Amino acid sequence: MNKPLELSFALMDAPFESARSTTALRLLAIAARRGCRIRVFAYEGAVMQPFARQQRHANAVHGRSAEEENHFLPKEAIGALIDEAARHGGSLDWVNCGLCVDERGGAESIAGVRRGTPGDFWQQAQESVNTLVIATRD
Amino acid sequence: MKALHIVESAYRATLEEQDDTIVWLTQAMRGAGATVDLLLRGNAVNYAVRGQDARGLEFGAWKQTEPPRIERDLASLIAKGGNVYALGEDLEQRGIDSPALLEGVRPLRMPMLPALLAGYERVWHW
Repeated sequence: MNKPLELSFALMDAPFESARSTTALRLLAIAARRGCRIRVFAYEGAVMQPFARQQRHANAVHGRSAEEENHFLPKEAIGALIDEAARHGGSLDWVNCGLCVDERGGAESIAGVRRGTPGDFWQQAQESVNTLVIATRD
Repeated sequence: MKALHIVESAYRATLEEQDDTIVWLTQAMRGAGATVDLLLRGNAVNYAVRGQDARGLEFGAWKQTEPPRIERDLASLIAKGGNVYALGEDLEQRGIDSPALLEGVRPLRMPMLPALLAGYERVWHW
């Protein structure tokens, strides 16, 4: 059996602010389906992507209840990607920059997300065949 | 493994963060044993200019007592053996000449970029 491909990603955008976040999740999904060992280092606003308190809301403009609207929540996408990676024989290790978490009061993350440091990003990069940075742009 | 951070987004939340987040990341990664250097391009070449002063932010009774000191952060990075490059064409476009630059910052012309990048296993553009 071939060794799973190891890839790492550094993400920086806060949730609900940029299409880059959706693009990043799409790339993670492809890697998860291929059984890759995926490592994510979430920096600055990206540490809120797996924030556990994200909630659905109703949308009066759409005329839909919270259930009907079924608003997209990044935490659920990330949780699903962690499961998807495991289902295909890979893994998704999501590391949140700890200081970035602290300054945002964002410590309540979904299961499978852990706290780390820039040293973890360096380790992830060393263990991967390549690393993609998706940075916040002005 | 050697890595190069290319910083192009400049002064993004520097007042809130009290530093540039990627200059900080570079320092933190080096502190963790990484071999990481820095290339400034676009508006970020202004980080290499001497004498910047970001003091004075205050709202009502609240005052920011520790403003960003990016010049100091770059000087610290250089003093600890890090390489800091700045793209020459971007410096010229902004009227920044060599005497204005922080000591140790190495201006680099665009045609020299491929050779520089070839020396790094990872190049990350921020």
